[in-house]
Amino acid sequence: MGLDFSVLPPFYGTLALGVLWTVAITATAAVLSFFGGILLAVIALYAPIVIRLPFRFLSWLFMGTPLLLQLFLIYFGLVQIGIDLPAFVAGVIGLGFHYAVYNSELIQTAMIAVDKGQMEAARTLGLSRRQALIKVVVPQAVRDVIPPIGNNMIALLKDSALVSVIGVSELTLSAQRAIGQTYRAFEFYAVAALLYYVVNLGMEAVLRWFENRNRLYR
Amino acid sequence: MDTELILKVYPYFLQAAVVTIELSILTILLGLVCGALGAAARLSRLAGIRFLGAAYVSFFRGTPALIQLFLLYFGGPQIGIQLDAFQAGVIGLGINIGAYMTETMRGAIIAIDRGQGEAARTLGLSRMQAFRNVVLPQALRLMIRPLGVNINAQIKGTALVSAISVVELTYTAQRYIGSTYKPFEMFLLAGVLYLVIITTVGKGVAYLDRKVRLP
Repeated sequence: MGLDFSVLPPFYGTLALGVLWTVAITATAAVLSFFGGILLAVIALYAPIVIRLPFRFLSWLFMGTPLLLQLFLIYFGLVQIGIDLPAFVAGVIGLGFHYAVYNSELIQTAMIAVDKGQMEAARTLGLSRRQALIKVVVPQAVRDVIPPIGNNMIALLKDSALVSVIGVSELTLSAQRAIGQTYRAFEFYAVAALLYYVVNLGMEAVLRWFENRNRLYR
Repeated sequence: MDTELILKVYPYFLQAAVVTIELSILTILLGLVCGALGAAARLSRLAGIRFLGAAYVSFFRGTPALIQLFLLYFGGPQIGIQLDAFQAGVIGLGINIGAYMTETMRGAIIAIDRGQGEAARTLGLSRMQAFRNVVLPQALRLMIRPLGVNINAQIKGTALVSAISVVELTYTAQRYIGSTYKPFEMFLLAGVLYLVIITTVGKGVAYLDRKVRLP
């Protein structure tokens, strides 16, 4: 069986819809992982020990096990305790939390690196601890780690393919559906790879723009 | 927590963990070979070879590993590549992590001061000798930790082959979640085994790094 790319055109719509879902799930999970990462970093550095320790354990657990396994846990596990989430929501939570843990590691390091004087000065000016943290320390820390967080977001885009296994109709599953009808695996996976590559390039451009916008010295 | 169930199924998880370890070792070895070749290509004097190296890295880092695996396993037969699931998993994931290792190795090599290579050349060493005896030993030292990060990612990455039905840890956990409806117990079992593997390897890498680091 050779290659025959003429099987593709009838499925352009399916694939385009798949790309849209891939972008949607990546964008939602990216936002969740960004703010989740900040929250986890603040907890790791400032929360009382009874809150800090369970979170540290969870982070360790989520960094040391495969994302695919975590997706199964969230999708099937929450059903067991009576929460029946749509696959898309389960996928966003799984991807978002997984990368929040990675982002949190980066943000923690950056927060430690922010000069102690910043917090002290903010407190002296009458800001509460919480205000000083949210308005002074966190923004400076986050700005420092935008490039590595961007790398995590690129990885997140590629890992979004994993949510196909819990039944989210993104690009990978769309390709699989088309293959189910045509038995043309190579053609559809090749075109899916190409589409991921293009989305990846687009995302890199967005990240570069965001990096430049947030640079301290232009 | 259903401990009785855990005690009943854990032998199957141990067997699966052995497969995960086999997959990890083979993909990492293949990845190191591809990484070394890729780094050599990217640092080559010939523009054509440099381009090939860059294309390799760009394709394999720019698309999801899962798609690459499917392309090889399901699409391979159409272009005359017949592999069983385990072989496809090792080859697909090995070549994939190799692209990441290419960049790790290249990064370590170009991090060595240019003066080192130049000084060696001035002292009469050939280009090859200067690289092998002067630059590479210093670069290897810098590679250990970042390669450790790649290796950690790859051990978790072996979970992807569950999607082409290789019976490793994630596949086993998935199957038992489906048949027992006890996702937390199954996640715990598989998770503990992954953590044991990853923590052990991580300690090994840290030890190696400490041993060769300059005082």
